[in-house]
Amino acid sequence: MAVIKSNYAVEEGIYQMEVAWTGDVRPGQFFMLRAWDRDPLLSRPISVHDYDAESGTLSFLYQVKGKGTKLMSELGPMDAIQLDGPHGNGFPDVKSNLVVVGGGMGIAPLLYAVRDFKAKHKRKKVRVYLGYSFESYGVEPFNDVADDVIVNIGGIITEKVEVKRGETVFGCGPNVMMRALADAVPPKHPVYLSLEKRMACGMGVCLGCSVKTVDGNKQVCADGPVFERDELIWEGGL
Amino acid sequence: MSGALLTNFAGVPFKNPVIAASGTFGFGRQFEKIYDLSKIGGLCTKGLTLEPRPGNTGERLWETPAGLLNSIGLENPGVDAFIENEWPHLADIDTVTIPNVGGSDLDSYVQAVSKFNDLPVKLIELNISCPNVKCGGMAFGMDPDQAYAVTKAVVDESAHPVMAKLTPNAPDLTGVARACEEAGAAGLSLINTIQGMAVDVDRRRIVFDNVYAGLSGPAVKPIALRMVHQVVHAVSIPVMALGGISDWRDALEFIMIGAQCVQVGTMNFVDTTVLPDIVDGLETYCTKHGIQNLDDVRGIL
Repeated sequence: MAVIKSNYAVEEGIYQMEVAWTGDVRPGQFFMLRAWDRDPLLSRPISVHDYDAESGTLSFLYQVKGKGTKLMSELGPMDAIQLDGPHGNGFPDVKSNLVVVGGGMGIAPLLYAVRDFKAKHKRKKVRVYLGYSFESYGVEPFNDVADDVIVNIGGIITEKVEVKRGETVFGCGPNVMMRALADAVPPKHPVYLSLEKRMACGMGVCLGCSVKTVDGNKQVCADGPVFERDELIWEGGL
Repeated sequence: MSGALLTNFAGVPFKNPVIAASGTFGFGRQFEKIYDLSKIGGLCTKGLTLEPRPGNTGERLWETPAGLLNSIGLENPGVDAFIENEWPHLADIDTVTIPNVGGSDLDSYVQAVSKFNDLPVKLIELNISCPNVKCGGMAFGMDPDQAYAVTKAVVDESAHPVMAKLTPNAPDLTGVARACEEAGAAGLSLINTIQGMAVDVDRRRIVFDNVYAGLSGPAVKPIALRMVHQVVHAVSIPVMALGGISDWRDALEFIMIGAQCVQVGTMNFVDTTVLPDIVDGLETYCTKHGIQNLDDVRGIL
C-alpha cells in the first residue's frame, strides 16, 4: 500500500495523482493500481508520468474512463492505494538527440522519459510534439524540461513531426497515431513506441495483451510496453 | 503445517488441495518471483496443444461486473517446447505439475498426451472445455458421446491418470461427467469458463472477433457451486472444483459440497498471493475448529 500525496484534475476528466514511493523505475514502465476490493475486478495498468527520487514522489496522469479510474479520481491526500510494479521494459537509454511524440493520453509516459533523458545527457536536445483532439493538458512540465515543445490541437500531429539527422523517436498515443508515426519517420531513425492494450495480470500470465511481432507473439505487459518499430507487425488490430 | 490439508486425488497425493488453474498461472515462472511454489498443492499449466498456437486475434479481454470475459484462444508454445523448456524447471519444484492438454481432433489429443508418457507426470488435465477455439476444445465436452470418445482414446494411450476438464456450457453436464468416468477418467475438473459475449457501444461492434468469449471470476461462483454439487453426486471419481474462487471461504464451500481439491484461476490476476493465502486460510480454519483433516468436512453438504 502506498499513500497518496495529491490527486487533482488537470483538465476535465484528466487527473494527476502523486503517490509516495521510492525505488527504481524506468521511463515507460507502469504499475497496476487498485484502491478497491473486488469491484471492479481488475487492477488498472497506469504508466509512470513522472518520478522524483529525491522526494519519493511517483506521478500518474490518467483519464477517467470507467469505474476503476472514476474511483481513483475520488481519492484524496493520505488515502491508500495499492501499487504493484513497476512492470514492463520501459524506454531504452539512447545517446542521440531525442524526438518525442505524444497523442492525447499518450503523453503520460513521455514526461519522465524526457526528464530522465535530460538528466543523463545534459548536452543532448529533446524536441517534443504533443497532439490533442480538443484541449491541451499537461504541457507545462514538458516546457520546463524539454528544449522545444510543439503543441497541436485538432489535426494530425504526425504531419507536424520532423526528424533530423541522428535523432531517435519515442512515441505514445492511439494506435492509429503510432502507426502513422512508424510510417512517417525514415527508416534510418530508431523509433520506439509504447503500446497500450487491455491486460488482466500485468505480468505476462494471462496472454490478454499479445501483439504480433517479427519474433512471434509478445506480451505488451511483460515484453513491452515499449517496442522498436521494426519489431511490430501492424495487423489484426494491434 | 499440521497435515490437515493433505489430500489424495485419484491416488495422487497433494500436500494441500489448492491448485492454480490452467491459463491463469502461465508455467509458474512469474509467480515464482512472488512466492515459493512449493507452498501450493499444484499447478495446471497453460493449455498445451500438439502444435504451437498464436491464439485469437482482436480483443482478448473484457471486464464485467465481478467477472472477466476472455478470448485468448489457447495461445501456447506447443507440447514439445513445453517439455523442453518448462518441464525440467517445473519438475524441480516440490508441487504437483498438471499438464493441461488440448487438441483439435481425436488424434491430436492422443498424440499430445502421449508425449508425456515417459515423464514422471502424476496427473494430466484433459481440456475438452475451452470455449475460445474453433476446432476441438469445448466441442468435445458438449456431448457425452464425444466426451467419452476423446477421454477413452486418451486414457488408453496415456501412461498417467487423466482428469477431464468439463465445460459448464454442456446441455447435459452430468451426462458428460458420467461419460468421462465410464471412459476411464481418474477425476474431473469443473467448471471451465461460461460462454458469454460483450458489445462495445462506442465502436458499435461486438467486442470479440470470435463473438463469444469465456466468463470467469467471482461472478460465476454460484453457478460453479451448483454444477460441482450436481456432478459430485453423479459420479464416484473425485472432482477438482473451480469457478470464481477468490478466498479460503470460497474454497471451503466447494470442499463442503464434495470437491476433493480446488483450483483458483482469475483471482491470480487480481491478487497474486491468493493461492498461498487460501492455503493459510484453510490451515487456520482447521486449527481453529479442531479439524484433523479436511475429509472431516468434505462432502458434508
